[in-house]
Amino acid sequence: MKSKFTTFSIACALTFGSLVGNQAMAADTIKVGVLHSLSGTMAISETTLKDTMLMLIKEQNKKGGLLGKQLEAVVVDPASDWPLFAEKARELIEKEKVASVFGCWTSVSRKSVLPVFEELNSLLFYPVQYEGEESSKNVFYTGAAPNQQAIPAVDYLMNDLQVKRWVLAGTDYVYPRTTNKILEAYLKTKGVADEDIMINYTPFGHSDWQSIVSDVKKFGSTGKKTAVVSTINGDANVPFYKELGNQGITADNIPVIAFSVGEEELSGIDTKPLVGHLAAWNYFMSVDSETNDAFIESWQKFIKSEKRVTNDPMEATYIGFNMWIKAVEKAGTTDPASVQDAIIGVTVPNLSGGYSAMMPNHHITKPVLIGEIQDDGQFEIVWQTAGTEAGDAWSDYLPGSKDLISDWRAPFSCGNYNVKTGKCSGQK
Amino acid sequence: MHQAQSSPYKIKALFILLLSMLFFSLAGLCNANEKAEQFDEGTTLLLQKNFQEKKKGIEKIATSGDKRAEAILLALLDGKLFRIKKDNTLVYARVASPKIEITAALSGKPLGSIKKRKLKKISINNTLRSTIKDALAKIDLTNPDPQVRKDAVNKLTTNLTMESSTLLAKQLQSEQDNDVREALTTAMAITALRSGDNEARMLALNDLKGNLNPAVHNELTRLIAEEEDITIRSKAESVLSSIDSKISFYGLVETLFFGLSLGSVLVLAAIGLAITFGVIGVINMAHGELIMLGAYTTYVIQQMLPGSIGIALFLSIPAAFIISGLTGIVIERTVIRFLYGRPLETLLATFGISLILQQAVRSIFSPLNRSVASPAWMSGSFQINPILSLTTNRTVIFIFSLLVFAGLYLVLKKSSIGLQVRAVSQNRKMARAMGIQAARVDALTFGLGSGIAGIAGVALSQLTNVGPNLGQAYIIDSFMVVVFGGVGNLWGTLISGLTLGVANKFLEPWAGAMLAKILILIFIILFIQKRPQGLFPQKGRAAG
Repeated sequence: MKSKFTTFSIACALTFGSLVGNQAMAADTIKVGVLHSLSGTMAISETTLKDTMLMLIKEQNKKGGLLGKQLEAVVVDPASDWPLFAEKARELIEKEKVASVFGCWTSVSRKSVLPVFEELNSLLFYPVQYEGEESSKNVFYTGAAPNQQAIPAVDYLMNDLQVKRWVLAGTDYVYPRTTNKILEAYLKTKGVADEDIMINYTPFGHSDWQSIVSDVKKFGSTGKKTAVVSTINGDANVPFYKELGNQGITADNIPVIAFSVGEEELSGIDTKPLVGHLAAWNYFMSVDSETNDAFIESWQKFIKSEKRVTNDPMEATYIGFNMWIKAVEKAGTTDPASVQDAIIGVTVPNLSGGYSAMMPNHHITKPVLIGEIQDDGQFEIVWQTAGTEAGDAWSDYLPGSKDLISDWRAPFSCGNYNVKTGKCSGQK
Repeated sequence: MHQAQSSPYKIKALFILLLSMLFFSLAGLCNANEKAEQFDEGTTLLLQKNFQEKKKGIEKIATSGDKRAEAILLALLDGKLFRIKKDNTLVYARVASPKIEITAALSGKPLGSIKKRKLKKISINNTLRSTIKDALAKIDLTNPDPQVRKDAVNKLTTNLTMESSTLLAKQLQSEQDNDVREALTTAMAITALRSGDNEARMLALNDLKGNLNPAVHNELTRLIAEEEDITIRSKAESVLSSIDSKISFYGLVETLFFGLSLGSVLVLAAIGLAITFGVIGVINMAHGELIMLGAYTTYVIQQMLPGSIGIALFLSIPAAFIISGLTGIVIERTVIRFLYGRPLETLLATFGISLILQQAVRSIFSPLNRSVASPAWMSGSFQINPILSLTTNRTVIFIFSLLVFAGLYLVLKKSSIGLQVRAVSQNRKMARAMGIQAARVDALTFGLGSGIAGIAGVALSQLTNVGPNLGQAYIIDSFMVVVFGGVGNLWGTLISGLTLGVANKFLEPWAGAMLAKILILIFIILFIQKRPQGLFPQKGRAAG
C-alpha cells in the first residue's frame, strides 16, 4: 500500500516537474503556428506562404523578437486534406501551445478549422481573398472580402471601359458561387438586365473550353461592350486563356478580369497571348513603393532565387503578421483574449506604400488595384482606389446578409448582429 | 442587274465621297511641315504617364498623315516602343541577348545596344489598344495586301461612324479586289440603312440577305426595334430570319466540330489503353501517367531546343513514344507479368505505380505546372465565314489522332508483330504452340500501348497544363471510351471516342459543362447494363 502511494507521488512529482520544465522551455520562445499544405494539390500555392512566414519570423527575431523573447515557427502539413486541417490546428493549439496560427488557403479548409479555433479560443490569421459571409471572434481576415476585389473590379469595367454585358464564369465551388451571387445582385442594382448577364460554371481542372469560349464570343458580338469576370480556379485557367487566344478574343474586344490569377500563377505560362487581360488584387509585385522594393529584395534573398515572384496572399500574410506583432506589444501578452481586444484599430504599413488597419469586424482596410497582364508575367497597374477600402464581412447585396453587421469590440462583441431584428445570432 | 440595283446608295456614297474630298483637300492645305509638327506633338504626349494624355498623343499621330505613324503605332501595340530613362528618347527595342538593340523611333537611326534597366516601356491599356487598332485600321485601308485591307474594313464596319463610312466610301471607288469590295459593300449597305432614303434602304436590305457579318445582325436588330415604316420593318425581319437560319446551321457545324475535336482527344488518350486493356486485358491505372510522361518529354525537348518550337514538337513524338514505351515495358516486366489473371492485384499495383510516377515528376520538375509553348502554326484559327472559324490547334490534333489511329491499325493488321499480338490475344496456348514467345509479345504489346499514350501526351501538352496531375484528368475518360467501344476493338475505340465527344458537346450548351459530363456517365452506366460487351464486342481471349 505504502509503496503504491510512493509510486503515485513520484509519478505526480515527475509529471509536475515535466510540466514545469515545459513551462520553462516555453518561456524562452513564443511559438507561432504555420498551417499551410506542403503536399497535395494546394501545395502549389501554400508552400510559398509557409516560406513567407519563416522569413517574417526570422526577420522579427533579428529585430529582437517579441516581448524580449524569440519567435519559434511550428510548421505542420495538413496535406490539402480538409479534415486534417482541423486535426493539425488542434495539435498546434493544444499540444504545441502556439500563441497564434497563420494559415489556410481554401475556404473549405478555413471552415474546417473554424470550430477548433472557436472552441479553444485561439487566433487564426487568414491571408487569402474569400467570399465573405463570415465573421468569427477568433479569425482575422487579411485577404480581400468581395467588396475589396470583386465589386471595385466590376465598377472599373462599368465606368472606365463602359462594359454593358457580363459573363460571370467560375469553377464550381463555394467561392465563385457566392461571389457571382453577390455580383449578379450588384449588377442588377446598377440596372443591368437579365439577358445581359451570362453565368457559367465548370468543373475543377476543366480543359475543353471550346463551346464556352464560342458562347462568350457570340454573347459579346451584339455590339454592346462585353467583359468576362472570371473566378476560374488556377489549373483550368491555362486552357481557358489558350482557347480565348485561338478563337481570336483579345483583351481589347472582350477583356477578362480574374480574381484568382496572380504573379505566381502566371509564372508557369507564356503570357504573350494574355497581354491586356486584367486582374484585381490589393497588391501587385509591380507596385512602386519603397516598402515593396525592400520586401521583394528580402524575399528573393531568403528564397535564394531572383526569379521568384511575390503576390497578394504574401502581402496579406505580411500585414497579418505585423498586426499580430503590434497587438501583442500593445497588450503586453500573447494571451488570445487580450490580443483580440488590442488588435482592433492597429495600423501597419502595407506594401503599396500606405497603411492598413484592423477593423472591428476583423477585416482590414486595403487599397484595390487593377492590373493588366504584361508579356513578362507581371501586371501593369491601370487603376487604383484613391484611398483604402474597409473589408465588409456581410455583403450589402445579398438578401440574407445585408442587414447583418459585425463588431467585435466589447461590450457589443457580435459577429452577425441583425440591425432589423436587433438580435445577435451565432458566436458572441 | 446587280450593278443597277446597288446604284442608289452608290450615288449616295459618291455624294459622301465628294464631301470627304472637300474635307481632304482642306486637310491637304496643311503642309508637310504641319504634319510633322502634329506628329511630334503626338510623340511627346506618349511620354506622359497619364493614359488620357497618351490617348490624345495616339490620335494626333494617327491623324497626322506622317509616314512614320504606322510603324510607331504598331510598335506601341506590340510593346516594342521604349524610352531611354536618361533623356526620354523614343526608341524601338529588339532583344539581341544579352543586350538590347535600339533604334531611334523618330529618325530611324540605329543607336547601338543598351542595358534593359536603362529603358522604360511605353505602357498602354485596353482603351489605348483599341484606339490604336481603330487608327491602324484606317491606315491599313491603303495596305497593298488585300487580306489586311479586308480585315481593316471589317474592323471599321463593327463600329461604323460617319467619319469611317466616308473613308470606306472613298475606298470603294478605288478598290480592285473582289473580297474587299464585298466587305466594303456591306459597310455601305449599313450606312445606307441609317439614311432616310427608303428606296436605298430597301435595296440595301436586299443586298444584306444572308450576310453573316455580326455588324449586319446588330444593325438589323436595331432597325426592327426602332423602325416605324412597316414595309421596311417586315423586309428587315425577313432578312434577319434568313440570316438567323444560316447562323443556326453554322452553329450546328461548329458544335459538331467541337464534338469531333473533343472526341479526337478522347480517342488519343484511350487508344493506348485499348491495346493494354483491350488486347492483353491489363487494367492499367498508370495509363494517365504514361500520357503525362509524354507531355513532360515534350517540355524537356522544347527546353533543349529553344527557338525552334515546331521542330521540337515533331522530335517529341518519337521521343515520347520511346520514353513512355520503355517505361511501359519496365512496368510490365517488373510488376504486371507476375499478376496476369489477377485483375484486382493488377489494379492496385498499377495505381501504386501511378502515384510513384506522379511523385517522381513532382520531385524532378517541381509541383508547379510547366509551360509548353505552341508553334505559330498551331495557334489562331481558320476563318471559314464571319461566324464560323475552326481553331488551328484543334484541327491539327484531330488530323493527328486519325493518323495515329491509322498507323496503329496498320501495325496490328499488317506487321508480323501485329499478327503475333492478335494471335496471342485470341488464343494464347495455340499461339505458343505455333512458336510465338507469348511473354515477349506481352511486353511488346504493353510497350506499344504505353508508347501511344506518350504520343497522346505530346498532343495534350498543346491543349492543357503540363503538370503532375495531367494523367489523372484523363484516366477515367480513357476507361470510359474503351469500355463503351468494346474491349479490344480499335474501331470501337474510335467510334466510341468520337460519339462521346459529339454527344458531350451537344449536351453542353443545353445542360452546362458539369451536367453534360454527368449525363454521359449515366448513359454509359445504363448502356453497359444492357450491353456489357460494349459497342463492338471482340471474339477471342478477352471475350472469353
